[in-house]
Amino acid sequence: MHIMSPSPVSLFEQLGGHAAVEAAVDNFYRKVLTDDRVSSFFDDVDMDRQRAKQKAFLTMAFGGPNSYSGKDMRNAHARLVAKGLNGSHVDAIIEILGATLREMGVAEGLIQQVAAIAESTRNDVLNR
Amino acid sequence: MPAVQYGSCSYELKQGESVLDALLRNGVAVAHACKAGSCGSCLLRAVEGELPARAQAGLKDAWRARGYFLACVCQPEGDLTVAAVGNDARIAATITALDRLTHDVLRVRLVCDAPFDFRPGQYVTLFRDNALARSYSIASLPEEGVIELHVRRIPNGSMSGWLYQEACAGTPVHLQGPSGECFYAPGREDQPLLLIGTGTGLAPLYGIVRDALKSGHRGPIHLFHGAVRPAGLYLGEELAAMAAANANLTYTPSVLEADVPGPFEVGPIDGIIARRFPKLDGWRGFVCGDPALVQMLKKKLFLSGIAVRDINADAFLPSAS
Repeated sequence: MHIMSPSPVSLFEQLGGHAAVEAAVDNFYRKVLTDDRVSSFFDDVDMDRQRAKQKAFLTMAFGGPNSYSGKDMRNAHARLVAKGLNGSHVDAIIEILGATLREMGVAEGLIQQVAAIAESTRNDVLNR
Repeated sequence: MPAVQYGSCSYELKQGESVLDALLRNGVAVAHACKAGSCGSCLLRAVEGELPARAQAGLKDAWRARGYFLACVCQPEGDLTVAAVGNDARIAATITALDRLTHDVLRVRLVCDAPFDFRPGQYVTLFRDNALARSYSIASLPEEGVIELHVRRIPNGSMSGWLYQEACAGTPVHLQGPSGECFYAPGREDQPLLLIGTGTGLAPLYGIVRDALKSGHRGPIHLFHGAVRPAGLYLGEELAAMAAANANLTYTPSVLEADVPGPFEVGPIDGIIARRFPKLDGWRGFVCGDPALVQMLKKKLFLSGIAVRDINADAFLPSAS
């Protein structure tokens, strides 16, 4: 007799998939815009376009399907690095991401996994 | 560099130059206004050659299939042969009335020669001729049978100057459109609505408010109209009467500065709204008018709790020369 082992449930599925991203993105973006540490980087952006980018970022950080490349990350943030973007700002974004998920009732273990994925983009974001 | 063929002449594009700029640089008269891929004034048709996707972004499928594109955002990789769309994409209309609503706002009413379908709050592009076009929001409802536009007089403005000084009842023009996503979508009839317009940003809202009421919207509808000075407020009596006749509608005019008190609030419009409605969770917002103010208000509404997808906005881009 052959017993199928259950396929492992991905991080993205555990978080709730695209619906979870949709539920998180406005709250995440709102926190970013009101956080004095990082809000100035978003002063002159188009909100609708920026929300789409935040959604793509959250999908990636949630372990979902994405087409993020290190090169895109570098190009997208080069202008901001020139304006003073540094490691403390990445720390702030990862902290805000955790706070957003905590408010949604996501378990700490999953939040740590999301933070680790976000952390993996640090060098590209900072163009190091 | 690629070349653009127009009529019997061919013009080489400079590095980073759009088809529109190349034609204008060579003295070809092409109507244009926003130069940002939004107003649709510079619509041309590609007869031969490859169009970049961006040049057709947002155009309806039938237009894309016919090779229509926006010349202001078209930087082709290879040679392109283009032609004017003429009146294929436009319908003939006649100005029926011109009324001054303030010292610098003109109400233009038009009737179309053919059925013209639109949602109140969308905008049309008004063509005086093939060389001059500007976009204006629609303040009327389809069943009224007229298209109503509110035109602000721009110093040395080509179109507004012409409308003020030369156009009259009976003057023929052409309309293209409609375009824009800023209108009342039926459904969620109990949702509170917040509508904010500055200057002629009232025009789309005047249509949207009446569309919402007519559609049976039951939730509260709060309309704010802002102007720099009291002389810039208009349609105040009509809107006050509408609010008196509809229990769920409030109308609040405001100005930045006033010599004497009047039936309006004084101060920045975002502050007036924030004091009245500090929390906007679950609301739907409409913001129209000056681009910088629209961007600022969109952000404030979002931070006050409105979801991004529930914020409808129309920034009135100035025409670029």
